Amino acid sequence: MGKTIGLPSTLTYYSYFPFWNKFFSALNYEVVASPASSKQIIDWGVKETVNDACIPIKLFHGHVIALRDKVDYLFIPRMVSVDGKATFCPKFLGLPDMVRASIDGLPEIIDQRIELKRNTHGLLATCYKIGAALKENYINIVNAYRKAYIAHFQYRSQLINGVLPGEILHDQTLNVRNSRTMGGINLAVLGYPYEVYDPYISVNLLQNLAAMKVNVWTAEMVPDAILAKYRYKLSKDLFWHYSNKVLWACYYYLKQPIDGIVHVSAFGCGPDSIVDKLMELETKAHNVPFITLTIDEHTGEAGVLTRLEAFVDMVSYRRERK
Amino acid sequence: MKVSFPHMGTSHIAFKHLIEHLGHEAVVPPNPSKRTLSLGVQHSPEFACIPFKILLGSYLEVLEQGTDMIISSGGVGPCRAGIYGLLHEKILKSLGYDFEMLIFEPPLRGVGDFISKIGRVIKPGGVGWIEFIRVFKITWKKLLALDETEILSHRIRPYEITKGETSRIFDQCLYLIDQAQTQGEIEEAKIESERKLNAIKQKEGYTPLKVGIIGEIYVVLEPFINLDIEKTFGEMGVETHRSIYLTDWTRDNTVFDGEKNIKKAAEPHLNQLIGGHGINSIGETILYAKNGFDGVVQLAPFTCIPEIVAKSILPEVSKKFNIPVMTIFLDEQTGKAGVQTRVEAFVDLLEHKRRGKGA
Ligand code: SF4
Ligand code: SF4
Repeated sequence: MGKTIGLPSTLTYYSYFPFWNKFFSALNYEVVASPASSKQIIDWGVKETVNDACIPIKLFHGHVIALRDKVDYLFIPRMVSVDGKATFCPKFLGLPDMVRASIDGLPEIIDQRIELKRNTHGLLATCYKIGAALKENYINIVNAYRKAYIAHFQYRSQLINGVLPGEILHDQTLNVRNSRTMGGINLAVLGYPYEVYDPYISVNLLQNLAAMKVNVWTAEMVPDAILAKYRYKLSKDLFWHYSNKVLWACYYYLKQPIDGIVHVSAFGCGPDSIVDKLMELETKAHNVPFITLTIDEHTGEAGVLTRLEAFVDMVSYRRERK
Repeated sequence: MKVSFPHMGTSHIAFKHLIEHLGHEAVVPPNPSKRTLSLGVQHSPEFACIPFKILLGSYLEVLEQGTDMIISSGGVGPCRAGIYGLLHEKILKSLGYDFEMLIFEPPLRGVGDFISKIGRVIKPGGVGWIEFIRVFKITWKKLLALDETEILSHRIRPYEITKGETSRIFDQCLYLIDQAQTQGEIEEAKIESERKLNAIKQKEGYTPLKVGIIGEIYVVLEPFINLDIEKTFGEMGVETHRSIYLTDWTRDNTVFDGEKNIKKAAEPHLNQLIGGHGINSIGETILYAKNGFDGVVQLAPFTCIPEIVAKSILPEVSKKFNIPVMTIFLDEQTGKAGVQTRVEAFVDLLEHKRRGKGA
């Protein structure tokens, strides 16, 4: 059996896990993803991080601890940019350094910087560096890369078709509705993938919406090329990859027959202070109901549910009146 | 045209000069106050960092005075500051204010844009380019004079015999520099300021503790937000050295690259630019330690991303280089008394440490 390599199942996990999973498996590593977020994991994370950090960063540290003693390598790439323009949130940029400074007894960390320009060869070159550091030969790396790329492509198309990451990555049946033929109200649920799709962070938001017979639409269901068309709504892009996606998705859904927009945001998130305000101004201008759910490690499901129900009631009422 | 700009430390004195000599009426933003902050807080996103809130409050105050144009700076990220102007403008316009917001991006990002924006400012005042450059140079001299005088004041304050005297004299110096209009007058005002400060009666045979002040530029520069921390230290007999002055910041950000050393020092601990002053905070702490400083204070706005990253890494640096670091996160709820207590405790710790070393 090959060596084990641990991938924390949060932050970029929802975007790139299928890629890295395939890449490392094809190189004969056993990929270990940390278990789903839980009270235990967040508690570990809270203990190791400065209390000013946002919940996703705390959670990430918890996932690292969950993997620490189980793997030979930890994969924490330094995510700088995937399009040569926007960078990830500065907390992603400093992530490997934060983890090293905060957690003791870590296995070897692969912290390759991922800073791609517009073409895909950049990714191959990056993969080559990762593979070479693991002493793999060129042919194997290229093969693994090819397989990974296909896996990623398939994953993306599934997401665009409305399948949710949890259904693919964890084989869960979420019963989340997103077909316009089913009736019911349509809500765009926007936020960073590690918030929206992690039931622990989002306090079961998607399941609860499903139970209320709401059709859920997310940013990941929109092809990148379509999202990118909305960049010119602002005189300047935001600087952060995921923030741009959320904001552009907001602009996109405002052009679709949608009944309301839900923004999921972490307490104290820097980029969101801007994203949320821009969304608020824009939804107001379009007269579309808007709600922000701000989440931290003390958020209880009941409280969020109450606000959500009130919002859904209000939206349904408005729709009936129309 | 009535033109205004952000308030940042003492720089308004120089910016006022610039605007007036370009043939406009300068609306000098009032010193930030409780009112500025509460106006800003009222209309800002909750998790915006405090510089955003103060700036917004300040803009509201100058708009009340009929300002037609607000000049501010943009930025390239990855920190939020570069988006501030855009969001400020959207919020203010949604509140119904009619004005022009001119956001200067760093010239390296687009020279054409930079020049055309300067044109927007100087043409209505009937000022030509040559005149503009002349006025700009004098403004820069004023900024330098302000910074140099302030640096001197922080050096002298810990030695003052009459508590508060340095701050009193420093205010007089600011007035002198404000009054100076020509290059010659600015030079004279600077010399006179130095003379006045040096004339302050000082303790002899005393070696103050030395503390480096690092962190996010706005909170480091604006005494109202950092609750006068340098004065607080100074009046306790501790010398402070501030890592940032507007004059070195502007220089770095436009054409020069004087930061190589800081980045190199930080590299083993944080090998990535993270925006704001995150990497500086790491590098500067190390350089302060190497230069025999007794301690470092990190000033950071609540929710400030780069400083949170820096704070996570600083304990490691502090341990390795044996230099105590105290982080103060500032938001609208931070009270002066609380900061005072923490400063006192920190100074106690440093004194204790120094005695230990001496023995
Ligand atoms: S984008 Fe917000 S939630 Fe995500 S890591 Fe950065 S600060 Fe945290
Ligand atoms: S450096 Fe910090 S305080 Fe300054 S704009 Fe960025 S996040 Fe805000």
